[in-house]
This record gives sequence, C-alpha cells and structure tokens, in this order.
Amino acid sequence: MDLSTLDPIALIVSLIIAATPLVLAATGELVTEKSGVLNLGVEGMMVFGAISGFAAAVETGSPWAGFLAAALGGAVLALLFGVMTQYLLSNQVATGLALTMFGLGLAALIGQPYSGVKPPSFPRLDIPGLGDIPVLGRLLFSFDAMVYLSVALVAAVWWFLTRTRAGMILRAVGENHDAAHSLGMKVVPIRLAAIAFGGACAGMGGAYLSLVRVPQWTEGMTAGAGWIALAIVVFASWKPWRVLVGAYLFGGVTILQLNTQALSLNPALPAGAGLIAVGLVWLGLSLRAGRPADLPLAALVLGVAALAFGLADPRFQIGSAWLSMAPYLVTILVLVVMSRDRTRAALNAPASLGRVFHVSG
Amino acid sequence: MWRLEARREPSRSMLLLTPVLAVALTVIFGGALFAALGKDPVAAMQVIFIDPLFDPYSRSELMVKGAPLALIAIGLSLGFRAGIWNIGAEGQFIMGAVAASAVALAFYDVQGIWLLPLMLVAGTAAGAAWAMIPALLKTRFGANEILVSLMLVYVAEQFLIAMVSGPLRDPQGFNFPLSRSFHDSAVLPVLIEYTRVHVGVLVTLALVIAAQVLMSRHILGFRIRLSGEAPRAARFAGVDRAHVTWACMGISGACAGMAGMFEVAGPAQQLAPSLPVGYGFTAIIVAFLGRLSPPGIVLAAAIMALTYIGGETAQFALGIPAAANETFRGMLLFFLLGLDILVRYRIRPRRREVKA
Repeated sequence: MDLSTLDPIALIVSLIIAATPLVLAATGELVTEKSGVLNLGVEGMMVFGAISGFAAAVETGSPWAGFLAAALGGAVLALLFGVMTQYLLSNQVATGLALTMFGLGLAALIGQPYSGVKPPSFPRLDIPGLGDIPVLGRLLFSFDAMVYLSVALVAAVWWFLTRTRAGMILRAVGENHDAAHSLGMKVVPIRLAAIAFGGACAGMGGAYLSLVRVPQWTEGMTAGAGWIALAIVVFASWKPWRVLVGAYLFGGVTILQLNTQALSLNPALPAGAGLIAVGLVWLGLSLRAGRPADLPLAALVLGVAALAFGLADPRFQIGSAWLSMAPYLVTILVLVVMSRDRTRAALNAPASLGRVFHVSG
Repeated sequence: MWRLEARREPSRSMLLLTPVLAVALTVIFGGALFAALGKDPVAAMQVIFIDPLFDPYSRSELMVKGAPLALIAIGLSLGFRAGIWNIGAEGQFIMGAVAASAVALAFYDVQGIWLLPLMLVAGTAAGAAWAMIPALLKTRFGANEILVSLMLVYVAEQFLIAMVSGPLRDPQGFNFPLSRSFHDSAVLPVLIEYTRVHVGVLVTLALVIAAQVLMSRHILGFRIRLSGEAPRAARFAGVDRAHVTWACMGISGACAGMAGMFEVAGPAQQLAPSLPVGYGFTAIIVAFLGRLSPPGIVLAAAIMALTYIGGETAQFALGIPAAANETFRGMLLFFLLGLDILVRYRIRPRRREVKA
C-alpha cells in the first residue's frame, strides 16, 4: 500500500471529470421531471448520445461537432418518447424502459465499426496565467470546456426555473397540468420542449463519456450511469444545485473505488472514512430537523468499525468485482436515505410527475 | 386533424389486435433498418421469423429459449398489473443461477436425486430474496423500486463475476472465470432426446396455469388487479399495499431465480460470466406483448424466442449484428405501447368548428 502516489488535487480533478456526465444527464432529467414527465430512458439517450457524438467527432475530426450531434441525437430519441407519451398517451414508465432498450440496441448497432477507434481529443481550456497558479490553478482552471458548461448549465437551469416566467410556467405544468391547461398554458408543447431538453443533456452526458472520460466506444459503456442520474434527481429533491452535489458525490465514489483498485488499497479504509463522513453530516441534519438518529448513528458505528478493521489489517484485499459494486450500492443507500423523509420528498416532487394528460372533448 | 375520443370500455378486439399490429410494424421497420444496413430485408426476415419454424432442432430450441422468458414474464406481469415495477429480473435471474450453482458445486462429489430439488429451492429463494430488497426498501422507506431493482442488476452482475473468479471457479480451469461443469445429477433431465428441452419447460407450463388460476380465482389475484386498476378502491377495501408489493416482488423474484436455476442446470451446465443474456429485460417486453395475461405471455415468449434463435442464424448466415435484434425488441415494445391507445380511445377526424 503506497499512499504517497495519491495526489489529492488530481483526485478531485478526476472526480469532477467522472461526475460531469452525471451532472449533464441529471440536470436534463430534472427539467423534464419538473414539467411533470418521468422519462426513464436516460440510460438509452445517454448511450445513444455517446455513440452519435463519437461517430460525429470521428467523422468530422471535431469534438464540438460530436457534442452537437450527441445533443441532437439525444433530443431526437427523447422526442420519440415525447410523441409516445404526450400524443399517444402511453405509460411513461414502460415507454422510458422501451427507450432505453431501443437506445442500447441502436447504439450498439451504429457503434460496430467504431470500436477500437480513437476519437479526436477534446482540448483543455487553457487560460494563460490562470492554470499556473499553484493548487487553485489546477483545481479550477485545468478542465475542458464541457466541465464549465455543465456547471453553467446547472446555474442556468436554476435561474430559469426559479427566476423566469417561462420557468414558472414549466413548473406549473408539472404541478397541475389540468389547472395549467385551463389557464391557457400549452401543456403538451411545453412538456415536449422539456423532454427534448432532457434528451439533449443526456446525449451530451453520454458523449462526455465516450469523447473525454473514457475516450473510446464500447458497447453498453454507460453501465448504468443513466439510472444513477435518475437517482441523483431524487437525491437532489428536484433542486438544481443539489444535482451538482449529488453528481460530485457519485463521482467521488467512482474515483475512490477505481483508486482503491489501482493502488490495491484496503477497501475498508475508504469505505469506513466515507461512512463516517456521511454519518456525521446525516446525523447533524437529523438532529437539526428533530428526526430519529438511529440510521445515521448506525452508519457512523459501521464506518468506525470498517476503519478499525482496515487499520488492523492493512493488507486485506477483495476482488475488483466487489469494489465495482460500490457506486450502485451507494445509489441504493442514497435513495433510501432521501426517500425516508417523506414530507420533504413530497414537497419537492412535481405533483403531476408521471401522470397522463389528455384533454377530453 | 384527428382527435381522440375515449371509449366507454376498453376494446376487446383491439386488445388482441394491437400486439399483432405491433409485430407487423416491427417487421416492416426492422426490414427498413436491415435495408439501411445493406442487407436483404426479405431474406433477413425469412431467416429470423420463418426458417426456425421449419427446422426441428430450432423448434425445440424455441422451447429452451422461450421457457425462461415466459417464466420471468409471468412473474413480472403480476407486479405490472398492480403497478409495481420490478425491472431487476435480470439480477434476480443471475442470483438464482449463482445460488443453484453454489449448491451444485458444494455437492460436487455427491450424487443423488435430491440435488436438483435442492438447487431449485436455492435458486428460487435467492431470486425471491434479491427481489425482496427493493420491496423492503419500498415499503419501509418509500425508495423507488424501479431504481433500486435496476441498481441491483449491476450489483448481481459483479457478484457473478466475483463468484466465478473466486469461490466457484474451476480449480483446474487455468484461472479462467468459469465454474466446473456440473455432474449428471445436477443437470436437468432432458425431455426430448437429442435436444436441450429440459424438465424446466414443463414446470414453466405448470406455473403458467397456476398464474392463470391465481389471477382469476384467488383472492391475491383479485387484490393485485384491484390495486392496479383502482388504487383508491383497493385502499377502502382494506387491501394492504405493502402486502401486495411484497407478494408481487417476491413471486416475480422467485420466478426469475427459478429461471436462472433452469438455465444453469439445463442448457448451460456450468456457471460463466456470459450466462445472463438479457432474459430479464426481454421478459419485460414479453409481459407487455402478452398483454400481462398468462396465455398471451406464452405466445409472446415463443415470438421473442424466435428472434433469439433466428437472430443467431442471421448473425452467421447474413452477418447481421446481434445488436440488430436488441434494436428490434426495443422497437417492438415501442410500437406496442404506442398502439395501446387504440384500446382505450377511438381516433376520429376532428370536426370543423362552426363559427357563430
């Protein structure tokens, strides 16, 4: 075990890169869900964006063209879902699943000639001077443009939803489509726009995976990132800034897991440290809100136990497959924690989420 | 322009006609897709949908591939009827297969007719237990069962890899992540000689009938239907939503786990990372294509099995990538859901509004 190779700044930088696809996809889905539509096809739109972006970038030689194509591809796929659910009134859950299956299949089909191909590299945004500042320079100014764009997207969505009239209309449609309709708001077109926006974001998130994070195309490369993005929306309780927090949390888990594997670190150490950190924050929140503290305390105790175990036997190892479960297990844990507080979830989830809208007569 | 007019009652004829229409549309659009790939669409369709029916071995394979699909879909259909979405059947299938394999390998040196039943119990229980995790988190904490059951698929996939590269690996296997081949008493008896049709096919058929009886005659079936069709009425009638959730998830998990056991003890005869081939996800389409009714599901499973077998042949004979079949299945589910509107609505031309 050699901890000296662990560079905390490099860790944070790779964490942010790992989180960016999730930021993009989850922010898009947040807007879709705010309009009252539950699109479970994020995984399909992401993987389709990953291949359409990859193909376009390879063919044109421009990664920017790739991201544009990915956004378009994701939006087109999303509109397919939109037509089905908004005009043909199909069940949103089942249609979202169909979209994922269709997207995964179609992407694999299109992607066949592209496996093993190297995409054009996406340039870092080099601002002269700023990148040379010690620590801060690398931490804030060493990314590619998409990372900044993803943060800007979160800010823009927050501003749009909370500060503009159009955003208010979108939320009204999501809260009560019948009332919104009787006030003359165009429910279906608004929802279609939100769905398309969500698809474009998911597509770009997928392209970030295939063009920047991994830079290559492999079948099924999203590996559940789309579903994790859906869980992040729940974690964020439908608030844009919390999407950023959630995505960075998952990015952190992914990076910790990868580093534990690469450095042959005793997995009990990061797991214990993570559990203690989560337990402390959670305990604080629970105490402040006057909620029972049993589960946070349990997390804390478990974390201390894991840490003690890790320190007692530093050479303890487990197979990489066990470590690869971590992001999915954390997703489940987070879903449980967030869903536990029903009042808050109920307050923030759009009231018409997943309901079919049809004007009779 | 057209407008939608709600029907007073769901149309029975459309209920039966829409799956047929969806298959037809999939064939047409799938053919267009093949043509776009530069393949002869007519030849492809013939290889996928017609040829397997005339080859005796393919006909038997239809049962081998169709049985797990039908078994999983039957389980899923209960939950779907009640509005409980178990999307993680793939994970429950894997856990069932792993548990059954663990039993088979634990008694590797012992022969006995009790071994298969024990494997069946282990596989079914493991599948049910894996499905009870989302059920428990749903009823206890309100965590979304769709996301939890899906996350557990990825966990199960990793678990399978951990098992075949760890405790269940073949000691003489040159470190390949594979288990030993099961010995004879851990392999399902074959029903038809020179084929792979195993006893599991019969069990599946029996369970299809049992599901039909459950849904139409048993109080649980009534509660499931009621809580799906009229949740408020179900609450007033004293139907406990948590009980229905547990029952539906547990049964569907047990079915998927059993299918996993059949797969590993039947056609596979060993545990390998390549075992899951998407039956758990395809079964979702089968459940919808079969209109969530047991007889329909059997028919739908046969059609889907056809795409598996024909798809393999098309891969070899025409060089059509395996992914094309996946696209096909997604398309089929799309058309099915889109056409569903015809069951509940009429499409009428919009009358011109008369200006006063």
